[in-house]
Amino acid sequence: MPRYMSLVRIDETTAPQEGPSPELMERMGELIEEVTKAGVMLDTAGLTPTAQGTRVRWEGGELSVTDGPFTESKEVIGGYAIMQCKDMAEAIEWAKRFVKVHEEFWTVTCEVREIVQG
Amino acid sequence: MEHQPTPSPAAGDPSRVIETVFRMESPRVIAGVARIVRDVAIAEELAQDALVAALEQWPRDGVPDNPGAWLTATAKHRAIDLVRRRERYARKLAEVGRDLEATPYHVDEPADPDDIDDDLLRLVFTACHPVLSAESRIALTLRLLGGLTTAEIARAFLVAETTVAQRIVRAKRTLAAKGVAFEVPYGPERDARLGSVLEVIYLIFNEGYAATAGDDLLRPALCEDALRLARVLAELMPKEPEVHGLASLLEFQASRSAARTGPNGEPVLLGDQNRTRWNRLLIARGVTALGRADAVATGAPGPYALQAAIAACHAHAHRYEDTDWARIATLYGLLAARSPSPVVELNRAVAVSMAEGPGPALEIVDRLAGEPALRGYHLLPSVRGDLLARLGRTAEARAEFERAASLARNERERELLRARAQDCR
Repeated sequence: MPRYMSLVRIDETTAPQEGPSPELMERMGELIEEVTKAGVMLDTAGLTPTAQGTRVRWEGGELSVTDGPFTESKEVIGGYAIMQCKDMAEAIEWAKRFVKVHEEFWTVTCEVREIVQG
Repeated sequence: MEHQPTPSPAAGDPSRVIETVFRMESPRVIAGVARIVRDVAIAEELAQDALVAALEQWPRDGVPDNPGAWLTATAKHRAIDLVRRRERYARKLAEVGRDLEATPYHVDEPADPDDIDDDLLRLVFTACHPVLSAESRIALTLRLLGGLTTAEIARAFLVAETTVAQRIVRAKRTLAAKGVAFEVPYGPERDARLGSVLEVIYLIFNEGYAATAGDDLLRPALCEDALRLARVLAELMPKEPEVHGLASLLEFQASRSAARTGPNGEPVLLGDQNRTRWNRLLIARGVTALGRADAVATGAPGPYALQAAIAACHAHAHRYEDTDWARIATLYGLLAARSPSPVVELNRAVAVSMAEGPGPALEIVDRLAGEPALRGYHLLPSVRGDLLARLGRTAEARAEFERAASLARNERERELLRARAQDCR
């Protein structure tokens, strides 16, 4: 059964300054409980804003280190989930349920990728 | 474990989406319906009817917000219709009437998650009921709870599809004929019945673990099916230490899957494995599950928790030389006291030889010489040969390795043992 990583991309400009609403956190908690009970969720976490992040980059033999926020990127990684699913279709189904718990003002993209094993 | 990447499903294919949702929800749908009709065969049919209804309605009306609740409600309504229609269910109708009054259920009102969990647990205990043979329990569990098709089970177990289909049909008939109640056992029966559930999951895992690289990919995938069942059960029975013990053991075993075969599919022994290929996430999950087993334990650890603790010792050693053999020897001692077995004793001897040296280990092995269970088991002379060689008793060691080579079934193992015999000069 393959493992999938769902990279959660958010638009930091549309995300509320004060963080997710209590209602969203509650729905999210219920969903995570459901995914865990299904034996699917292996690991998940949210990330702090890119203002607290740093990019370490290697290009053309040059090393560069840039502190956040990364305003040039419209969507940045805001969290991740590692899931073990029967197939990609199931991983996509869980990702759909994940984005649907957000309020309408959010822009959230789950990029679902299969993890190379072995 | 290698596998072919699955092509991404077309996002717009509604029937594919419905089938995926159904597969994800079917254990809970079947469980919820089985509580009404008290028959897993009828429950499975009604769940299939709900799938047909979804295939008709969802492409037209859209996928409901809570597809699981929709499928369950549809199947339950059909169950009630069925019970009312058929006269021979007259007696059950009375029961259903009471159940329905006790737990009102509507499509727009999500069921209590605790009720769903209870139904699912009833389904687990029914599918793993000891009135069924081990192979029937395995087939029924994979079908009803693992979401595998009959064809997938057949391929994974290297048997004909008709064989698996018959096993499942017979199992359902046996459950009905013996009047097996759709319930979670309590009282003194509970431990034995839980033992049967854990055994089924462990057997499924071992079937996958025994698969070789040349096998159909569905065989090694059984490990993950078993692991998923163990994870589900750990959430359903959070207060049972042995459930966490089994989950922990399987997480640790699975963490090594990438390292346990070489480039040509040959087995790589624990001591020779490239430990950087062990999956750290699964190891961390194994550690967490073992911690949960300890936290809810009321007495001495059970056999699964002890095996998990042994696996944890290996997982914590970054190099083979760092292995805490003294602790492993102690844990095998506890395991041997808890569930005595010559194979456990042999494993304990290996750990003792690493912790204390070959002398004390040889004493343990020599006590096993007459064990009927180990007759023909190549690892007994193999371990004894190794201990004798380390004690400088080369002529005896050589004879043991030759005997071990003649008993080994695997060609590669035979070669290794012959080479060891050659080295004893």
